[in-house]
Amino acid sequence: MKCRVCGDGAVIDLRRHNANFCADHFVRYCRQQVERTIDQFEMLSPGERPLLAVSGGKDSLAMWDLLVELGYDTDGLYVGLGIGDYSDQAGHYARRFASDRGLRLVEVDLRQRYDYDIPTAAATTGRVPCSACGLSKRHLFDRAAVDGNYDALVTGHNLDDEAAVLYGNTLRWQVDYLQRQRPVLPAGRGFPRKVKPLVRLTERETAAYCVLRGIDYLVDECPMAAGNKHVAYKEALNGLEVQSPGSKTEFYFGFLARMADRLEDEPTNDSSDTSDTGARRDGPTPCGRCGSPCDGEICSFCRLVDRTAGAEPVPVHVLSTRAKATR
Amino acid sequence: MKVILRNPNRELEFRGPMSVVKLLRQLELHRESVLVISAGTLVPGDAILADDQEVEIRPVISGGAVAVGTEVVG
Repeated sequence: MKCRVCGDGAVIDLRRHNANFCADHFVRYCRQQVERTIDQFEMLSPGERPLLAVSGGKDSLAMWDLLVELGYDTDGLYVGLGIGDYSDQAGHYARRFASDRGLRLVEVDLRQRYDYDIPTAAATTGRVPCSACGLSKRHLFDRAAVDGNYDALVTGHNLDDEAAVLYGNTLRWQVDYLQRQRPVLPAGRGFPRKVKPLVRLTERETAAYCVLRGIDYLVDECPMAAGNKHVAYKEALNGLEVQSPGSKTEFYFGFLARMADRLEDEPTNDSSDTSDTGARRDGPTPCGRCGSPCDGEICSFCRLVDRTAGAEPVPVHVLSTRAKATR
Repeated sequence: MKVILRNPNRELEFRGPMSVVKLLRQLELHRESVLVISAGTLVPGDAILADDQEVEIRPVISGGAVAVGTEVVG
C-alpha cells in the first residue's frame, strides 16, 4: 500500500477517498480538511480567539492540536463530571496535553463548584446520565465562552457524531432538531457562536491523527454511556460505510447541501423551540439565578443544581449497572 | 501473535502470519470502527502480521453522546 501523494509506504487507507497516506501526508490531509471546513462555513477568522471544549478524548485533543497548528490562539475548558476513575483519567489526559504544550486549560469541577456530580444528578432527577451530563456541559461551555469574551466555542464533534445524530433525528423526524443541525450556530442573545471544525473527519481519522502526532488520549469510554443509542447508530452507519464507502459523508453533507435550508421555515411540533438548556434562541430572557439565556424564570441548569446539590453522592457503579439493565 | 483489545481490556492469542483484514474479520470488527496499532504506529489494512507480533486493536467509536439533537464532546 503506497501513499497517494509521495509513493512511500502508507500507514492508513481511507476507502471513502479511495486513498492511502503515509504518516506525514495523513497529518497534512487532516489539517487541510479542517482548514477547508473552517473556511467553507466561516467558522473562524484569522486572529480570532476560540474556547475549545476539552474532554481528554481523541476528538477534543486532536482538535486542540489542529487549531494551534493552524494558528488559532485556543484555550481549553475541561469540566470535571465526577464519574469516578473515568473522570480522574480524563482530567489527567487533558491537563497533560495542555501542560506539555504550554496551553491554557480552564477547569470547572461540578462537585467542587456546584456540589453535585453526574451520577448523583442522574439518580436524583431520574434523567439518564448522558442527559444530565449534556445539560451541564452545554451550560458551562456556553457560559465560559460568553463570560471569557471568546470569539467562538469550538467542540470536537466529528463526521461520525454528526451523521449519527442526523440518523437518529431522521428516524424520529425530529424536524426541530434537524433545523438546528448545522456545523455553525451563530452567536446571539446570550449564546456564543458554536462551531464544529472536525465534521469532515471521521473518528477513525481523528484517532489515527492522535496516534501519528503522539497525542495520548483517554481510550476508555464513559462507563455510563456504554451501549446507548448513539453508539448503535454509529455502528449501523459503519456497517453501511463498509459496504459503500463514503456513505456517511454523503448522508451528512448531502443533508447540509440539499435539505437543511429547506427545513429552515418548516413548522415544528415543538412550540417552545427550546433546547434542554431551557432557552429559546430567538428570544430568551436572563435566568433569574445565573443570568444565562432562559425561556422561563430559572434555567434548566439552575433547576438541576437546585434538585441535586447536597444530595447523598451516588457511586458510579450503581448507576452504570442500572443504566445497562434498562437499555 | 498477541492481540490486545480495549473496552474492556483483554488479550487474545492468534497464530500468524495473518493479514489485518483477516484478523478483523475473525474478531467480527468493522475496519471503520477500529485502528490497528503495533510498535507505536498504525498498521495498514493490507499488512501481514507476524506470529511473534504484538498488536493493539483500538476502538474509535466514542459513546458520550446523548439524546437526539443534543451534543457531545469527543
